[in-house]
Amino acid sequence: MDFPVELFINALIAGLLLGGFYAAVTVGISISFGILDIVNIAHPAFIILGSYIAYIVNQRLGVDPILTAIIVLPIFYALGSAVYQVYYLSFEKRGQEALRGLAFFFGLLFVTEVLLILVFGVDYRYVQADYIQTTLRFSFFDLPLRMLIPFIVSAVLLVGLQIFLSKTFTGRAIMAVAQDQLALSLMAADPIRIKRIAFAISIATAAIAGALLIVIQPVEPSVGREYIGRVFAICVLGGMGSLPGTVIAALLLGIVESITATFYGPSWAPAVAFGFLLVTLAVRPAGLLGR
Amino acid sequence: MRNWQFFLAALAVGIIAFIAARMIGNDYVYFAGYVVLQFVVLATAWNILGGYCGYVNFGSAAFFAMGAYTTVALNKFPRFSERYLPENLNAVVEWIFPLPIPVLIVLGGLIAGLVGLGTGYLTLRLRGVFFAIATLALAVVLQTLIVNWDYVGGSRGAYIIRPNTTDYFNINYIEYLFLVLLVLAIVAITVARSIERSQLGYGFATIRDDELAAEASGVPTLRLKLIATTLSGAFMGMAGAPFPYYIGYLEPASAFGLAYAVNAIAMPMIGGTTSWVGPLIGAIMLGTLQQVASVTISSAVSLLIVGLLLVFFVIIAPNGIIGLWHKFFPSKEPEVREREREAEGAA
Repeated sequence: MDFPVELFINALIAGLLLGGFYAAVTVGISISFGILDIVNIAHPAFIILGSYIAYIVNQRLGVDPILTAIIVLPIFYALGSAVYQVYYLSFEKRGQEALRGLAFFFGLLFVTEVLLILVFGVDYRYVQADYIQTTLRFSFFDLPLRMLIPFIVSAVLLVGLQIFLSKTFTGRAIMAVAQDQLALSLMAADPIRIKRIAFAISIATAAIAGALLIVIQPVEPSVGREYIGRVFAICVLGGMGSLPGTVIAALLLGIVESITATFYGPSWAPAVAFGFLLVTLAVRPAGLLGR
Repeated sequence: MRNWQFFLAALAVGIIAFIAARMIGNDYVYFAGYVVLQFVVLATAWNILGGYCGYVNFGSAAFFAMGAYTTVALNKFPRFSERYLPENLNAVVEWIFPLPIPVLIVLGGLIAGLVGLGTGYLTLRLRGVFFAIATLALAVVLQTLIVNWDYVGGSRGAYIIRPNTTDYFNINYIEYLFLVLLVLAIVAITVARSIERSQLGYGFATIRDDELAAEASGVPTLRLKLIATTLSGAFMGMAGAPFPYYIGYLEPASAFGLAYAVNAIAMPMIGGTTSWVGPLIGAIMLGTLQQVASVTISSAVSLLIVGLLLVFFVIIAPNGIIGLWHKFFPSKEPEVREREREAEGAA
């Protein structure tokens, strides 16, 4: 059999675009889990919440989903602040974050999912925007705007966050709190406040990731579960909290998944991400760009 | 109380419960009771790894589904042999199948136990959070495999025809299923209880408290972890093995449902993870509550209640109902309890 080069290149491009989107989905986990050591397993639920907000606003007012996400950023930021406050008072302060904190977020994930099911049912929901139907064609490969725009938004988000973390005072404080909380407090910065800001930012990114998700595919409440494995796979593979590592891992996973779906059928794609994660955890838990 | 005494006492309680259920004379009691008992086994199994060793398993649903799908695969085997195997072999198969439920439970437990052992090996180096995430990943990998396996029905699912009557004790099939699960629950609880007071249990506790220190002081943490993952997985599989007969139709999405994973965690957490009583209390309480809520409100709301209770309890009462009990009724001094335990160990 001839190797189908054109099909392969198309799968490769689709995988790259998908990977870009995965980076946006994972960046929140890279901050909360990778940098702050908070195992926010409920992150995908917040993403789905973002999708549904984008959906409602799009249905009622016809506003673009990505624009909606940017408008509701402060709300998600406040939500993240509140969740961190509860987490800090209930677990971190008492030094019980490991097992019970995990159960807390697992419960949160479940509650959010069931609430969405109660309100919206289990039907798939999608949004309307002009660009969703459009596809750019170049000689033999396709660039659907439905994938390209999330890719671009994701790139802007990640570059912005990287600059924020490496250049601004707050950003540097966030990186510092990951390394040595005590040393930070000696420099007259309040580590709890810094962590709260960082966690709130991580939840805020979920608003954008959610909007991107519903642009890419129709969404139903339990879709988030498929992303739990992906986000942790990417985060761990990328080396915990390293944003460049996150991007590389996300692109890698997107490409592998896209090629699997193209050549072996989409029903195998979920196992790829999780298989990836299992192998990474077993062989190199520190990830590609591990500290 | 020694373990065999405990087992007999529990059996007596079980028989009384069964007779009481018969006196009510409504089949729904068995349908609801079956689910509660299933959760008693699941919660107890989860607690062997989660409560005693401190390793959180998010993939309970996968082990449960392994048990259930073992049953489905074996149930389909006669049809397979009819088509592909030689005549005389087929006669043997037809003579053996269909397997009785207790045998299916043992086989389901065996398969799920092997999966548990595999999980243990794969995640040897993982601690805490990473282990929890790996179990979640494992569940999805297994689900994908089942979805793509046509023999057990793939994503379409598989039907199992439940007989109306049984050959034993002159009871109908749902009563029989209830009885089987009752015995299984008693066995699971007895095993959990005996672990708690054995060297194995103390070994588990050292892992939970400080694995590095345990390893440094010569506790074979690796072997203990493998025992815990295997045992825990096996009991979850056993809980799942009779499930296809109960539900009549099994499909991957329901067998691997997140509800099992959440319940398996929520029940011990809400009851209390330090002893065998906690998961039992949690499972009976939450299981009954869910059954009542499913009937009176809706099944989605009943799941919401579990989620909310889980969040509520881990924040407000970190040690569960057992913890609250000890807080409000501080029975004896710790030294007294310790001395008693020693006396029991010597006896």
